[in-house]
Amino acid sequence: MTTQNNISASSRSGRVKGAPGVAPWPVIVGFLLPAVILYSVFVLYPITQSFRYSGFDWNGLEPLTNWVGFGNFQKAFADPLFIEAIRHNAIIIGLSLLLQIPFAVALAVLLNRNLRGKGVFRTMYFAPFVLSEVVTGVVWRQIYRPEGLFDQILASVGGQGLTHEWLADPNIVLYSLFFVISWKYFGFHMVLILAGLQLIPTELEEAAAIDGATWWQGFRYVTLPLLGPTIRVSMFLSIIGALQLFDLIWVTTKGGPVNASSTMATYLVDWAFRRGQFGYASAVSVIVFGLSLIVALFYQRFVLRRDLQGALTG
Amino acid sequence: MTTTTTVPALAPRRGFGRFLLYAVAVAVLLVIVIPLTFSVLGGFRSNGQLAADPVGLPDPWVWSNYQTTLSNPAFYSQLRNSVVIALVATILVLPAASLAAFVIARYRFRGREVIYTLFTLGLLFPVAVAILPLFITLRQTGLLNNPLGVALPQAAFGLPLSIVILRPFFRSIPRDLEDAAAIDGCGPLRFYWSVMLPLSRPVLSTIAVLTIVGSWNAFLLPLLVLIQPDQWTLPIGVNNISAQYVTDTAAILAYTTLAMVPALVFYFIAQRQIVSGLTAGGVKG
Repeated sequence: MTTQNNISASSRSGRVKGAPGVAPWPVIVGFLLPAVILYSVFVLYPITQSFRYSGFDWNGLEPLTNWVGFGNFQKAFADPLFIEAIRHNAIIIGLSLLLQIPFAVALAVLLNRNLRGKGVFRTMYFAPFVLSEVVTGVVWRQIYRPEGLFDQILASVGGQGLTHEWLADPNIVLYSLFFVISWKYFGFHMVLILAGLQLIPTELEEAAAIDGATWWQGFRYVTLPLLGPTIRVSMFLSIIGALQLFDLIWVTTKGGPVNASSTMATYLVDWAFRRGQFGYASAVSVIVFGLSLIVALFYQRFVLRRDLQGALTG
Repeated sequence: MTTTTTVPALAPRRGFGRFLLYAVAVAVLLVIVIPLTFSVLGGFRSNGQLAADPVGLPDPWVWSNYQTTLSNPAFYSQLRNSVVIALVATILVLPAASLAAFVIARYRFRGREVIYTLFTLGLLFPVAVAILPLFITLRQTGLLNNPLGVALPQAAFGLPLSIVILRPFFRSIPRDLEDAAAIDGCGPLRFYWSVMLPLSRPVLSTIAVLTIVGSWNAFLLPLLVLIQPDQWTLPIGVNNISAQYVTDTAAILAYTTLAMVPALVFYFIAQRQIVSGLTAGGVKG
C-alpha cells in the first residue's frame, strides 16, 4: 500500500514530466497494446459475441436472421436436463467445500507439524495437479472398471459387498467423479493452506499452549481464524473450478449415464457441437458466465472483502 | 516456498500420536501414488493380466505396449505439437503480460483500474464460456487446424493470472531505483528492460511454467480447433486412443503413461516455480 501512497504523493506534488509515477501516454498505450489486443480478440470479443448469438436461433453457419429474444433463455430454464446439470455443479461445489477443503486443511496442519519427509509428502500430494484432466480421467476410467483396481482393492480389505458400477450407475457416478476431482485438486489446496500456515508465527500457538489451551483449542481459536483468508481464497478457487468443470467429465462419462454426471459446460458443448444449436448453446454460456460473475461478486462482497484487496479490487 | 525459514510447529511428543500422524500421511500418499503406479505398471501387462490381477507386479512383464507407443509416429507428432503450442503461448504471454503489468503497477493513468479489473475478470471465465464465438472467430480467420489457433487463445486466457501475479511484484520494487534510473536519463522502456526484467526473473519463470502447464493440459480448445489428426496435441491423442481402443486397456495405459511423463518430469524440475507462483497468487492476493 505504501507504494500506492508514494505514487499519488509524487503526482500531486507535480514533479517533472516523465518522472516515475507518470509516463507520457504513448508509452502507456504502447506497453498495454500487446496484452489488450490479445485479450480483446480472444477473450473479450468472443464473450460479447456470446451475448449477441444468445438471442438467435442459429446453427452456427447461416446468417443470423432468426431473432428469438429471450427464447433461448426460457428454453434453458425450462429444460429439466439443464436444471439437472446446474444441480450437479452445485453438488460438486457443496462436496468440495464440505469435504475437500477441510481435508486439505487437516493435511496441511498435519504436514506443518515438523513431520519428517514433509517435502516428499507435499511434492507427491501436489503432483496430480499438474497432470491434465484428460490423462487423469483416462486412468481413473480404467481403475473404476467393473472388477478393476478399485473393486479389487475394496475386496482385498473386506469390502466385496461394496463393489459398484462406479461410472455406470447413475446414482453413484457423480460421487465417483468427485473422488477423482479431490484426488487431483486437494494437493493444490493443501499447498495453498500450508503456505498460509507458515505465515502464522508459531509463538502464538505456543503462547496458547502455555496458557493451558489444548491442542484443539489452540487450533480452533488461534490458528484457524488466522488461516481464514487463505481458506476463503481456496474455497473461492474451488467454487469457480467446480462451476467450470468440463474436461474430466467429458473424458470419463461425457455427462452420462443418462445425464447423471452432466455439468453446465458439458451440456453447452453437447448442444453446440453435437446438435449444432449455437444460438441456444450461446445462451447457456451466457448463463454460466452470469452465474460465475454473481458468485464472484457475491463472494467478494461478503466473504473475501478484506482478503483479496489488491487482487480483484485493485 | 520459504519453508526453510520457518520454525517448525509443536510436534507431538508421544510416540503413538506421532505414529498416527505418519500413518495418515502415508495412507494419503498411497491414494495418490497407487493410481499413477497402476497406470505405469498397467502398460507392462497384457489385457489378460489386467483383467485377472490388476494389483500386483506384472507377471511376466510385457514390453510390447510401450514399444508400440514409442514406435507410433502419431505419438511423436502429438508430443511435438504440444511442445510447439506451449512454447508459442509462453513466448506470447511473457512480453504481453509483463509490459502491461509494468505500466499498471508503476504509472498513473486514466482507466488503469478499469483495465486491471477487466483482466482480473478473465480469471473467472474458462475457455468453455467463450468457446463458441472463439471457434467462429478462428474459423473466419482461417486459424482452425492451425497451432496458432490454440496458442493465441491459450496465451490470451493466460494473461489474467500472469498479470495478477506480476502486478504486486512490480509494485514492490522500490521507487528509489526508478528515481536513480530517471536521473541517469533512463526512460520507462529502458527501466523496464534493463532493471525490471532482470529483477523479476524468478516471477517471470513462474509465469512461464504456469503457462506451459496450462497449455500442455488444455483439452476443449485443441479438441475443437485441431481437427486433422496430424495437428493433435497429446491430450487429444490420449482421449482418442482411449475411445478408439476401448478393449485394449494395456495399450491405453501405456500411451497415457508416456503422455504424463513429460508433465511429471517438468513438475519435478520446476516444482519451486509452480508452487510459489500459485501460492503467491492465492495467499497474499
